[in-house]
Amino acid sequence: MSHSEDIILKVEHISKQYRLGVVGTGTISHDLNRWWHRIRGKEDPYLKIGATNDRSTTSESSYVWALNDINFEVQRGEVLGIIGKNGAGKSTLLKILSRVTGPTTGSIKTCGRIASLLEVGTGFHPELTGRENIYLNGAILGMTKKEISEKIDEIIEFSGCQRYVDTPVKRYSSGMTVRLAFAVAAHLEPDILIVDEVLAVGDAEFQKKAIGKMQDISSGQGRTVLFVSHNMAAVKNLCKTGIVLENGEITFKGSSLDAVAFYLNESSKASGSSLDTIKDRRGNGAVRFQSIELWNSKEVAVKEVLIGEQVKFRFVLDYNESKIRLSECCIGVVINSLNGTKVADFYSDEMGIIFSDDKKHIDLTIDNLPLRGGNYKITVVIQSLTIGGLIYDRIGDAMFFNVFTADVYKSGKMLRATNVSLIEGRFS
Amino acid sequence: MSSKKWLYEIKPVDGALRFNFKEIYAYRDLLFLFVKRDIVTVYKQTILGPLWFLIQPLLTSVIFTLVFNGFGAIETPGNIHPFLFNLAGITIWNYFKECLTGTSDTFKKNQNVFGKVYFPRVIMPMSVTVSNLLKLGIQLFIFIIFYIYFYLQDAAGQPTVFLVLLPVLIMIMGLLGLGLGMTISSLTTKYRDLNVLVGFGVQLLMYVSAVPYSLSEIRNSDNEWVQAAIPFIEYNPLTQVIEGFRSMALHTGTFDGLMFMYALVISTVVFLIGLIIFNKTEKNFIDTV
Repeated sequence: MSHSEDIILKVEHISKQYRLGVVGTGTISHDLNRWWHRIRGKEDPYLKIGATNDRSTTSESSYVWALNDINFEVQRGEVLGIIGKNGAGKSTLLKILSRVTGPTTGSIKTCGRIASLLEVGTGFHPELTGRENIYLNGAILGMTKKEISEKIDEIIEFSGCQRYVDTPVKRYSSGMTVRLAFAVAAHLEPDILIVDEVLAVGDAEFQKKAIGKMQDISSGQGRTVLFVSHNMAAVKNLCKTGIVLENGEITFKGSSLDAVAFYLNESSKASGSSLDTIKDRRGNGAVRFQSIELWNSKEVAVKEVLIGEQVKFRFVLDYNESKIRLSECCIGVVINSLNGTKVADFYSDEMGIIFSDDKKHIDLTIDNLPLRGGNYKITVVIQSLTIGGLIYDRIGDAMFFNVFTADVYKSGKMLRATNVSLIEGRFS
Repeated sequence: MSSKKWLYEIKPVDGALRFNFKEIYAYRDLLFLFVKRDIVTVYKQTILGPLWFLIQPLLTSVIFTLVFNGFGAIETPGNIHPFLFNLAGITIWNYFKECLTGTSDTFKKNQNVFGKVYFPRVIMPMSVTVSNLLKLGIQLFIFIIFYIYFYLQDAAGQPTVFLVLLPVLIMIMGLLGLGLGMTISSLTTKYRDLNVLVGFGVQLLMYVSAVPYSLSEIRNSDNEWVQAAIPFIEYNPLTQVIEGFRSMALHTGTFDGLMFMYALVISTVVFLIGLIIFNKTEKNFIDTV
């Protein structure tokens, strides 16, 4: 069998244009103009214009390209991770793939049934019972009544809502609704499954179940899965390959590990090298963070460090010595995992540290870095100790870094990369 | 490689005349589940439940009889009781009205579902038409009961052989309601103006569709306004259907085969236009709705 015969999905030159602003009387002039061009056999005049979709810049044009010339192929049985910042075009791509909306140009060819888990629970009717909703939701997702009847016991069991299955869904807790919805979707048997951020919901037990099911679907049953998530650990664990989207364009294609590394590198480049471009920043600016670096034990500025290593964060400050006394300042550093969970924080005032007034940089040294493998980011703040906690500068997600896992206990086993802090403990 | 068989291809909006009937057939279970949902959920947590299906046409008939035949002194032809005459018209009219109003906001009402999963969109308005068919069944049943009552009182005509055409007649109403509804729902995805019109538009349409009066009655009128309106009323396919039903069931007025054919053709055309516009809109409506 030749390689190309395995291709189940082929995306060719997909672009999608959106119009910004509200639909109103102004829109109709564009529509009329477009229609006037079409009946004369001319090209759509508005297709040529439109800037790339960078959220933060303002542009003259009221049209943007949410996706621009996207090309990729998916092999049968492949689990493809799609990563990118908010607004990079991930959801638009999935919407086109799941046929919710059409592309502006280009085509997608597939030889399998596509079903999506774009925000589960679609079409649940609050007045219907759980059982009735399983049928309705299953049919909406493309199953026949017979297929659902064969699987209904399995679905109910997977959802863990046996007791409530004959109660209207409006009496369910939101978590139960999600469980039921995911249970239906997980028992679909499409050739290609699209999953978007479903793992962000439900409690820990259910998330584990959901990830397990995803793994079953992809590895055990040889199903093709397109997985969109901000959870880098999940992408690394579940996917074999990955693509990175940025401003509606594919900036990287490759293995999922490389894709995650590329994405993290890009986002840290965007934010780390120049703190000036970060939007999440406030304070009066009397003291400003000029740059932030992470040094490994060899005193080299890096983005990746090893678990248990001695690391040092260096914060270079910019302030007017005649106005600000650094001895009256306090610095705070918060380490969050990439999905936003706080794992550690440090405050100089609690440590009783008084900085000398002429200092140009402050270092935070952590011996035996107690962070498990994963991706982290830090938020920093510098504020006055005297003037009622006046904030001089506060930068959210100022820097991203990556921790590699290692055999900390010298047991011959690498620690699991669970993206949390590592607290020392002993079993006996 | 080029010979590879793809199941389907996603492309920008192209030919509006491309219908995937095979796909609609594959989703037939969904159609029935939507119908079931519509029927089951409408009157959940009501005391009278499905009785509401009956109360509405009966009360409307009472009011019509009071206003048109009582205050307005419109004569109903022959010995037919005005209440039965009105009930006949309203029963059939209601099917059209429910189909039209139920489908005219398809895209707006379902944007949540349509925005997340794909299934042939036309399933939605189709299911509305089918569930209204069940309601029509219930309402026809109550009509039959009243018919028998008035027949025993000698206040109803005998049904004619044309009654075998009743399914065609219902189909015409369904096609008209669905066709217009799909057109309106498509046109209102971007510009909402038409939505404002639907509510009172349907109300006005009823008065030029010979529901509370018979065609022969107004033909004899010497009022200038009525004379001017007669062509509009006569060439309105809805008039032909309402008149047709009363002639089938109550033997009042004449059954005009040619005009009945005319209504059938018009309704088919309206339905096809609606289907084409709907089909063209469904691909991208989510961006503008």
